Amino acid sequence: MAGGTLAGRPAPDPAAAAQAPRPPSYWQALDSGRLLVMAAAIMLVAAALAGVATDHQIRGLQAALAFGGFIAFGELLRLALPGGREAAPIALVGAMSYALLLGLPANGSSPPPQTNYDALQVITVTAIGMTVGALPHIAADRPSGLTGMCTRLIAVACVAFIFRSVVSDIAGYHWYLKFAIMAALLLLGWLIETTIGALIRADDVGARFRVAIRDEMRLQWQLGLAVGASVLITVFATKAMGLLELAVFVGPLLVTQIAFRRYAGIRATYLQTVRSLARVTEVAGYVEEGHSRRVSHLAVAVGRGLGLPEPELLALEYAALMHDIGQLSLRDAIPGGATLQVSAAEQERIAGLGADVISEAGVLDEVADLVRCQSWPARGHDPAPPLGSMIIKAANAFDDMVGSSTDRDRSAAALERMRLDPVGYDAGVVAVLAEVAGRRLPSRL
Amino acid sequence: MVSRPARLYIGLVVVLTGLLVSATSMADIPGTWGLMSKAAIRTPEGGHKALFALVTLVVLFLVCDSVDTPLSARQTKWSPSSAATLAAVVLLGPLAAAFVGASSLLSLRPKLRLPERTFNGAMHALSGLAAGAAYLGVGRWLAMLAGLHASTTPGNNLVLVGPPQSKYFGIIIGAFAAAAAVHVLANHGLIWGIYRLNRGTGMLRREGLESSLPLLLASDFGYACLGLVIASLWSTMDWFAAVLVLVTLFVARWAMGQFAEQQRAYAATMNALCQAVETKDYYTRGHGERVSRGSVMIARKIRMSADRTDAIRFAGMLHDVGKLGVPTQVLQKTGPLTEDEFAAIQLHPMRGLEIVREIGFLYEALNGIMHHHERIDGRGYPMGLAGHEIPEFARVIAVADAFDSMTTTRSYREAQSIEVALDQLRKGAGTQFDALLVEAFIAALDEERWPLPEPVRKPADPTTVTVQDHDDPTAPLRIVEA
Repeated sequence: MAGGTLAGRPAPDPAAAAQAPRPPSYWQALDSGRLLVMAAAIMLVAAALAGVATDHQIRGLQAALAFGGFIAFGELLRLALPGGREAAPIALVGAMSYALLLGLPANGSSPPPQTNYDALQVITVTAIGMTVGALPHIAADRPSGLTGMCTRLIAVACVAFIFRSVVSDIAGYHWYLKFAIMAALLLLGWLIETTIGALIRADDVGARFRVAIRDEMRLQWQLGLAVGASVLITVFATKAMGLLELAVFVGPLLVTQIAFRRYAGIRATYLQTVRSLARVTEVAGYVEEGHSRRVSHLAVAVGRGLGLPEPELLALEYAALMHDIGQLSLRDAIPGGATLQVSAAEQERIAGLGADVISEAGVLDEVADLVRCQSWPARGHDPAPPLGSMIIKAANAFDDMVGSSTDRDRSAAALERMRLDPVGYDAGVVAVLAEVAGRRLPSRL
Repeated sequence: MVSRPARLYIGLVVVLTGLLVSATSMADIPGTWGLMSKAAIRTPEGGHKALFALVTLVVLFLVCDSVDTPLSARQTKWSPSSAATLAAVVLLGPLAAAFVGASSLLSLRPKLRLPERTFNGAMHALSGLAAGAAYLGVGRWLAMLAGLHASTTPGNNLVLVGPPQSKYFGIIIGAFAAAAAVHVLANHGLIWGIYRLNRGTGMLRREGLESSLPLLLASDFGYACLGLVIASLWSTMDWFAAVLVLVTLFVARWAMGQFAEQQRAYAATMNALCQAVETKDYYTRGHGERVSRGSVMIARKIRMSADRTDAIRFAGMLHDVGKLGVPTQVLQKTGPLTEDEFAAIQLHPMRGLEIVREIGFLYEALNGIMHHHERIDGRGYPMGLAGHEIPEFARVIAVADAFDSMTTTRSYREAQSIEVALDQLRKGAGTQFDALLVEAFIAALDEERWPLPEPVRKPADPTTVTVQDHDDPTAPLRIVEA
């Protein structure tokens, strides 16, 4: 540790490590929203199993097996989306297509396979397919994704209940009327899935529901569109060509999923890299250990509390992580790394140096702006600083004063000092910061 | 610019396509005309139907072809137009497929010049024709195996070309898979030929294409399957099938575009952050980027796999990030270093590891950063590993690192010439450096130009510069004798 002591970095507080919050266990993370979704799904499955059992038969075993297998395969290939979301588009295509199946062609001299099944059979096949597909995930000790499965099941059930009750009535319609009815039902299914997803997410990360649903829709509409179009293709193509069509269509679906996976993967690596590299200021002894990470957690939580949408939260997280990067241009570290202690002009100069570094990348101009304005006072500065900068300013000041300590008095004193400076710190930001500092949520971005 | 051999090649492809198309149309093979056969056209509305299908598929082809999308930051463009050609193979036969492919001449991309357009048209026509031939050939063979007779008149017979019959869909899938495979291979083979002629043999590697070639082939094959999907839907919803398929294609294209965009953003951010790290030392600006480049040159020369080459690119860029953990006073000290100060410098690879450990890199990249100052004779730091105990990444980075240090200006000396630096590397081969890697680097430098940095202007304040460079093998660090 010769380098560290030479740079005069303060020794890390041993108490901080001991008090780092433990990740909650699975059952602790269960909240009312999740429980409600699961209970609804379990009731659906129970009713469906009972219905199929009293019927004593699966109608159209071939189709049930083909679609059940398709759903299991899709569930096996889940897709991680940005923001810790998980989707199973191929499974959803399978389940929705089974719910909306119009019929199958006759095979040679034998009559066409039965497709006069009801919504309960759709739910049964979907639930079994999903469970089979989820087993390998559980065996490999990955998250079971139960909430996502339940959400998808509920959406599929709603669509199936409506469509299976009218399918024989619309059999004589022209194809484009059927097409329109199905498209409308798919839209409904998508809305149900998005709404439940947003409710759970709002609960999880402490976001407002209206913001959460807008985020969810913005992030999922492309995938939803692809799923919808794929379902319509599957339904009409299997009506014309039979179940073999599933084998043909799985190719394009897989390739599209790979494209999404690569996109989500590089985004995750990007975020992880910035998170790691932001620590250079800590290793170089310019700031206290863990400072950038704590400031970014605080800033994101405050931003969320103030209702910022997800793209802005991402920029805020990047800016908060790199807010001290300008100090790298200083010859010697500011004692203790606390930018709070140096003059306003010097603070602004350091912030500007950091912003220059970031705008060098050419793709993070918004982030650079947030970093540049981070030292401006909230009131009376012309032009006024962006909200993100005010959040970073408050979070940074809070962490400079409190650090990794969890002492409530210290935190209360820091907040009081900020409240007493209404020109420097935005009152709304400080109010939310006080709330957030109380619970110290981990970042989920 | 299109080179002379490339022009000859284009001419050859065009002539070949013309010959094959006329030969096929004259040899009256049943099925080559599909919906456009005389018998089909003579039926009421038959001609309209065929023409309508052809126009729809040409439009679909042009839409796909005009919105091509970069597959990644460094790559050639990709477009999913093969779905249209292959739908034509099934619905209208090989000649129509060639025609749909040839419509690439009219592509709406304004930047294309005439030779490129001609080549694209001929290439797509030829691939379409080949796919159509494979479809008919394999289809007949499969029909024979199944004891059927492929015919051109519908009814109870198997008709290969035309809207597919559900009864024989299994045979059609088999024939189509062959057609799609032939189409993808013909397409990539013809493109590979022109690249080889036009930009030299190293092109595939230099553009980083090989790293995702299997993925590219698989994607093309996957999207080619959409051709059969369009054909299956044709009897239900004719032109609308193309629209429905386009929706899925556009979403896929969106995801690919996003991937490429994120990849660019990632690389740019990485560069900016590395530069930030280097601002601390006036003379070593751009060092990380050049070491990264040198390491990649060596990696390619010794035929490292594409994944590992990508990893070493980042490892090279970040190899000195731990220097930030070394106090400025030590880096800029004029006199000999004390034991403590030297220890601080020796620790910098470890500090680097500490920073990058959590990045989702290959494990090897971390090793490369940690051990890039080990020496083959075991006298390096931080661990004193020797010979092949030192990870390969670290041995590669060590060569590029020392070379760049010698060929750039330092406060205590001017930049040395490439020849002098290479002599030093040769001298150190076997003791400080891995001799094989030094040879590989020298060979790579013969083929590729090394971008010497601009001569550095002396900074205004000479007290803020480093006067000893830990990377420089010609001027080892001076340490106070105990």
